[in-house]
Amino acid sequence: MDASTSLETHHHPGAHGAEHEHHELGWWRKYIFSTDHKVIGIQYGLCGLVFLFFGFCLMMLMRWQLAYPGQALPVIGKLLPYIFGPGTMPDGKMAPDFYNSLGAMHGTIMIFLGIVPVAFAAFGNFVVPLQIGAPDMTFPKVNAASFWAFAVGGVIMLTSFFVPGGAAKSGWTSYTPLADIADKGPNYHVIFSGQTLWLLGFIFLITSSLLGAVNFITTIIQLRAKGLTWMRLPFFVWAQFVTAFLLLLAFPPLEAAIVMQFMDRVAATSFFLPSGLVVNGAAVSVSGGGNPLLWQHLFWFLGHPEVYVLILPAMGIVAEILANNSRKPLWGYKSLVFSVLVIGFLSFVVWAHHMWLTGMGTAVSAFFQTTTLLISIPSVIILSAFFISLWGGSIRFTVPMLFATAFLPMFGIGGLTGIPLAFNSADLYLHDTYYVIAHFHYIVAPGTIFGLFAGIYYWFPKATGRKMNDFWGKVHFWPTLICMNVIFLPMFLQGMIGMHRRWYDGGQGWTLSGDHVWGLTGFQWNTPISWAAWTMGLAQIPFIINFFWSIKHGKKVNDNPWEATTLEWTAPSPPPHGNFVTTPIAYRGPYEYSLPGRDRDFTMQNEPVEPRERVRRKTPEAVLV
Amino acid sequence: MEIPYTVSTRPDTGLWNAKVGIWLFLASEVMLFGGLFSAYIFLRLDAPPGMWPHGLLNVPVGTMNTAILILSSVTVVLAWAALKMRRYRAYWWYMLATILCGVIFLTVKLVYEWPQKFDHFGAYIKPEALGKYEQYLGNEHAAAKGLPPRLEITGHLHNRAALTDPNIKEYEVYLDPVNADPTNPAMDRPHFLYVPPTHKLAPIEKEDVERATMFLPTHSAYFASYFTITGLHGMHVLGGVLVFIYMWLPVSKKLYQRNPEHLANRVEVAGLFWHFVDLIWIFVFPLFYLL
Repeated sequence: MDASTSLETHHHPGAHGAEHEHHELGWWRKYIFSTDHKVIGIQYGLCGLVFLFFGFCLMMLMRWQLAYPGQALPVIGKLLPYIFGPGTMPDGKMAPDFYNSLGAMHGTIMIFLGIVPVAFAAFGNFVVPLQIGAPDMTFPKVNAASFWAFAVGGVIMLTSFFVPGGAAKSGWTSYTPLADIADKGPNYHVIFSGQTLWLLGFIFLITSSLLGAVNFITTIIQLRAKGLTWMRLPFFVWAQFVTAFLLLLAFPPLEAAIVMQFMDRVAATSFFLPSGLVVNGAAVSVSGGGNPLLWQHLFWFLGHPEVYVLILPAMGIVAEILANNSRKPLWGYKSLVFSVLVIGFLSFVVWAHHMWLTGMGTAVSAFFQTTTLLISIPSVIILSAFFISLWGGSIRFTVPMLFATAFLPMFGIGGLTGIPLAFNSADLYLHDTYYVIAHFHYIVAPGTIFGLFAGIYYWFPKATGRKMNDFWGKVHFWPTLICMNVIFLPMFLQGMIGMHRRWYDGGQGWTLSGDHVWGLTGFQWNTPISWAAWTMGLAQIPFIINFFWSIKHGKKVNDNPWEATTLEWTAPSPPPHGNFVTTPIAYRGPYEYSLPGRDRDFTMQNEPVEPRERVRRKTPEAVLV
Repeated sequence: MEIPYTVSTRPDTGLWNAKVGIWLFLASEVMLFGGLFSAYIFLRLDAPPGMWPHGLLNVPVGTMNTAILILSSVTVVLAWAALKMRRYRAYWWYMLATILCGVIFLTVKLVYEWPQKFDHFGAYIKPEALGKYEQYLGNEHAAAKGLPPRLEITGHLHNRAALTDPNIKEYEVYLDPVNADPTNPAMDRPHFLYVPPTHKLAPIEKEDVERATMFLPTHSAYFASYFTITGLHGMHVLGGVLVFIYMWLPVSKKLYQRNPEHLANRVEVAGLFWHFVDLIWIFVFPLFYLL
């Protein structure tokens, strides 16, 4: 495992080999300020998981207010004012502003500080270079800069809870003019107010994403191992490749919007403030001439590709695990690749379907309705290919496989319930109800997050050399699956009887909620949902303990415990700095499971093609770069 | 294992890593400024007649700055070419010229253009009071000529205290030529050359004023987008200058002696960024100064 092994190329035989004498780095450089893609990936992963749990805690608090509005929260309600300030939970009862902060920050944290860092940055960083047989990312320092920009952004977001007035409270979408005028006045600091800090934090998070995206794409284009042609890439790499493009091109318009909202708040401009705006009965002293819809367009120009940023990496993870555990090649690899590319392209032209209620006009609506329905085609192709991949396989229900198979119906429910929302006329009714909440949470919670759990259980042996405990993995899986459905399935019903997603009292005061669904009113459904959410919180404890316990005490395994085929399993576990002992060469596709006439049911990508295979295969020679 | 293709090209792509990286980065920058420019377009299309100012920027100075940036784009290519021919001395001078161009551009912007705006005053007159100030606005003349209405009186604010002191009831303004002589046909179009405010002093009562500010971002959608876009562009110029200074300092000479191609590649990448910054200005200049 000599990490200093120099890669020989014909064009550039190590001109500066001498200056890169391998020397042991100190603890700080090795584990904290590292430029190694694996360390950065793990840093991203741990931070992201902490943020995911924190964001979930915010929601568990809100679930109390929704189920028992106006009642004092026992024990925790007494403690929270000491952390978040006395105005947040007076007498253990949640204040409206605090409720709004929790909602806005739940969305922000889950998406931008939780899922994107774990799904894209953590798995991408750790797995992609290994899967393409690269020694590291192309720009290791840029990679480290990306992580530290993310860390600063995260700290700013967390800090915003502790400034006067609390964190941002205008929803995770920060719609203007509400967000422009929120947290303003004599009691607020210009910069250190919740909404302004939200904007500042975002600038760092966007910077982080851009640096990461540039690095990922360059790495995949430039550092693929010899013989690893585009159509031999594991599907996970394709998914990350497209995701990186989405982040690269969709985030900057939001950055532009964020800069403009920042100017609105700090320099008193009116990018998003219309003329003649009246707040609390008084005309606002600004020049006006701005347009609140401009914010919505720029926000959703990111916001919709962002949805695919959240789901594509999870699809990639699931693809790897399905092929590995059904012991047969992924069905329709080429269709999957082209579908993911088509999704990437179409996701840029569907954004206004979030804005049916703004009155854009029928022509614009018809356009976006069409593109939105078009994008469901490649999504259905991907899901169908996954299902067919299972057909006739000899399936092993390992823990990663449990999560991966659960992903399929959960994503299916989330996707199919989105179709009514794509129709302008149906959405007019369902817009901003719990139906929408249920729809996109089915995509990202039991969808993406199950993909992430699957990936964690799957690649944990590569990162540590040890496996996570199977039994506790199952104890984690089943309650989580059940609770997810108890939480989100009733929300479809709540939404269909008209409950609005942002009600502070959980719909208690809404008279029409007298409509019963399955014996409970819309408001009464909040109680079982909340209890399911809290139970799901408890169900994460086995995971947390299992995760940390297994790092030191898990069962030791060899370099390829799942008997997988892709290149990351040819590296030692954990891979040393520089990753591979010998430079990997790929001779075949990524999913050569159960090849006929072989002793083993898996053939790794770096195993040369034998002469007798050439007769059977149509490709005469292994393609080498 | 070392990271390959940092200097040499990968056979199948024909590129070294940083070149791929910078083009991707520039693609994201296109989207960033694309977002800002589309905001400009929508705000401008939304603006009611007379609410999108013209002729408030200094066109000759802007033209000069444009020429300076284009010149710097030429010198950075010459610097790169000099490195490729392994003429470090020439590289050093061309790089110095590029840095100086960037510094001059920023100085003109920050020391001359922006402060001049901060020192300029404008007052939008309430619709019902427009007739009272007809002698400064010349709206009958404008209507006869088919020009958009004039709603704002601009110039140099004589009693600056009026901005903050509620006891002062009127603004005293040394009028800009267009308000000093509004019916003169020469005022129908913006001046190409900058003309300073006249010595004609006009009192404007505060109660007739809808909104009065210096030419700050808060003045109008026009100045909001002007300061935001030129500010962001200026930060890009500053970033480019800092990178060039690093490449010009002795520390980079050491890299040159070790591996001249590596430095040439760095200059090429930074140069691509610099051309992009230049290109953005090519859009900024007509959008704000000319149109």
